[in-house]
Amino acid sequence: MIGRAVSFFRRLPLSGRIGLCLFVGWLLIALVGPQLAPYSVGAFVDREVFGPVSQRFWLGSDYLGRDVLSRVLWGSRYTVFLALFAAFLAVFIGTSIALIAVIRGGWVDEVLSRAMDTLISIPSKILALVLVAAFGSAVGLLLVIVALTYIPGNFRISRALAMNIAAMDYVQVARLRGEGSVQIALREVLPNMIHPLLTDLGLRFVFIVLLLSGLSFLGLGVQPPNADLGSLVRENLSGLSEGAPAVLAPALAIATLTVGVNLLIDSLRGNDAR
Amino acid sequence: MNNPLVEVSGLTITVPQRAGGERAIVDDVAFAVRRGEVLALIGESGSGKTTIALSLMGYTRFGSRLAKGAIRIGEARIDALGQDELRTLRGRRISYIAQSAASAFNPSRRIMAQVIEPLTVHDLATREDAEARAIELFHALSLPDPDTIGYRYPHQVSGGQLQRLMAAMALITDPELVILDEPTTALDVTTQVGVLNAFKAAIAGRGATAIYVSHDLAVVAQIADRIAVLRGGKVVEEGPAGEILENPTQDYTRTLLAAATPTDRTPAPAAAQAPVLSVSGITAGYGKIRDGRPAIPVLHDVSFDLPAGAALGVIGESGSGKSTLARVIAGLIPPAAGTVQLGGEPLPPALKSRNRDQLRRVQLVFQNADTALNPSHTVGETLARPLAFYHGMNGTQAKARVAELLDLIRLPRDLASRRSGALSGGQKQRVNLARALAADPQVLLCDEVTSALDTIVGEAIMSLIDDLRRDLNIATIFISHDISAVRAFCDRLLVLYAGTGVEQADRASFAEEIHQPYTRLLLSSVPEMDRGWLERTRAGAAPALPGAVPRPGLCPFLPRCPVAIAGACDVEPAPLRTARGQAIACHHDLAALRLQGQAAAEATGI
Repeated sequence: MIGRAVSFFRRLPLSGRIGLCLFVGWLLIALVGPQLAPYSVGAFVDREVFGPVSQRFWLGSDYLGRDVLSRVLWGSRYTVFLALFAAFLAVFIGTSIALIAVIRGGWVDEVLSRAMDTLISIPSKILALVLVAAFGSAVGLLLVIVALTYIPGNFRISRALAMNIAAMDYVQVARLRGEGSVQIALREVLPNMIHPLLTDLGLRFVFIVLLLSGLSFLGLGVQPPNADLGSLVRENLSGLSEGAPAVLAPALAIATLTVGVNLLIDSLRGNDAR
Repeated sequence: MNNPLVEVSGLTITVPQRAGGERAIVDDVAFAVRRGEVLALIGESGSGKTTIALSLMGYTRFGSRLAKGAIRIGEARIDALGQDELRTLRGRRISYIAQSAASAFNPSRRIMAQVIEPLTVHDLATREDAEARAIELFHALSLPDPDTIGYRYPHQVSGGQLQRLMAAMALITDPELVILDEPTTALDVTTQVGVLNAFKAAIAGRGATAIYVSHDLAVVAQIADRIAVLRGGKVVEEGPAGEILENPTQDYTRTLLAAATPTDRTPAPAAAQAPVLSVSGITAGYGKIRDGRPAIPVLHDVSFDLPAGAALGVIGESGSGKSTLARVIAGLIPPAAGTVQLGGEPLPPALKSRNRDQLRRVQLVFQNADTALNPSHTVGETLARPLAFYHGMNGTQAKARVAELLDLIRLPRDLASRRSGALSGGQKQRVNLARALAADPQVLLCDEVTSALDTIVGEAIMSLIDDLRRDLNIATIFISHDISAVRAFCDRLLVLYAGTGVEQADRASFAEEIHQPYTRLLLSSVPEMDRGWLERTRAGAAPALPGAVPRPGLCPFLPRCPVAIAGACDVEPAPLRTARGQAIACHHDLAALRLQGQAAAEATGI
């Protein structure tokens, strides 16, 4: 297992290695960061607002005098896990529907594809905004809404992939053998889609991080006193003119997370092509 | 001119390897071609023949590079030229005819514009002159409607015509050297004869020097003056064509020659067994079925019986419906009319209504093992699935059976843990076959199972299937476009033309001279390993353009038939003439057909 991980790392180009390190780093921070946080997330600990970087506050303090490092550590948990779960959910549901559409074919495919086309025709950010406005922004609800936004895109990609694979002779062989639809989908088609699907998963993850940050920036995402990286940027925006680390740190966090995942995905795609 | 036109020495082309370092795919190759001579490069896939041919144009495929050696054509040192100088040579002094003309022509431009492109690109002629020259070439290549064919689009002409048009494109600049890369491999045999004739005449008529790349010794025998046999990037043997074909000095050349001329197998004991598969009156095709006829009919009223353990060869050119027949039997295409009986019981037409046992007893082996094996499964998983599905075998029992199956197809047992991507073409086809055998079928449908393989590998696969069918008593149907490849392995043959069975015969009577005219054309189109066959055969004389049959139900071969009887063949359907072991649909009676066959044999001197 460790050997395989090492050889996988070795095969990546430099950009991929950087991406992998950034992504794994953020995953670890999201997992154990809150335990390492020096202060509690809502505690007002600094008399100063927008305090500079100091021995007590490594990343300074925010507009209410809270420790920015602690808030970023907590915030990354929301952003990373929300985005990860939402991306998995979107890809899982999108791919399942795509497999049903392809294996069943005929009117089932027609109905599902047109339904997804309808969803695609609504701009995803507006859809998310409307849904949040209508149903509120509890974390569970946010997860479902964000996943729903990205299901149609994944459906399109996985349907195209599955269509190509379903036309292969080995799928015909399975049909001739008398295999059922579920067996054909899971045994013959799905294993050959895994690589591009992982790439898609990574892309969706990045989009979702940005969408969540955007929603939070508009005040529709994770609600105070909790905060994800996006809302940290928003609430400290007034510190931007003075170059306070309170606004720069979470912005930098979003940037490194998305750039890292992007680098990783791109290098994986390169591996496939070779 | 004693100095040869082409001189290649010490040619080495390498590809980088994963582990570092380089591997030579062409290794220290040397040959020379004199002016007006045709040199054939013969070899199996991977022998480096195309790589060598391309290097003569100063081109190496992506990733490979010319490591050593000198290539001289005329005064030009190809290996030392830059891209710009090469560009002035290509298409002008050296031209190339690729295997697949269909993918070499741009489908959205008219043929004429593409044929004269080598002239217009190099500014060698005005458009009018170029077109006049093209039309001249169309005449020389015996294309139909030579004056107007250039104004059609590529999809409006047949495959054989497109291949000739590509030759016109290559010859239009009067190049000193023409490189032909498997130019007839993708064609049907009856088409191939005409194309070969046209090539030979055009090359000889212009005094051009040619390099002919092929895997088919019999084709090369017709056209080459010298032959170089390649294996693994090395020249095994080189010499005048006659010498190589008659007195090869190397074992490898002898193996190639032997594989190209399959020896007759001893026929199976003629036991009067009840037919295990009985097909009667199958009409099938694509699209909606109305009044028992599909919108696009492919098969018309095809019938045959297949005794247990026997082998039937279904022969036909592309588009004759032979693969459709296999799909109808397998249940992939429900027929519009007719029945398929398995062991005396009718098989439901559609796959969905067949039960698991019926599915198990009929197994289809696909043509292309590359796409028929799931790349994400190991060989063991691929073989274990039918065992679990049909026989409920799991765990150690299944493992033991997988090992047995691998023994049966003569592959090492440790291959079970490999994925199919790590296998060679022949190994893949064996696994493909083993998967069908895992079901313990009674009927095995082999759809062109050797057409994607090299001659030697294909011959081994055919022998393997032949042995297995005798040992396991599996009735086998070989579907093929290549009558010479399957003929030796079959007890009976069924010849399909345009979806109609025109002749059925057992092996003994098929060897005689009584044949339906189409079958005779097919037989006389198979090139023989004999120089001068091309001149003797009369197959090229038949019109290659299949016109439309005036009325459905008439003999489909009528528009091409050299012996059609006016007032009979174009009026009513051909009656079935039967004699011992033979059934022929023709208006001529058997005596007349025998006379025609004898006359043809005498004319060709066979």
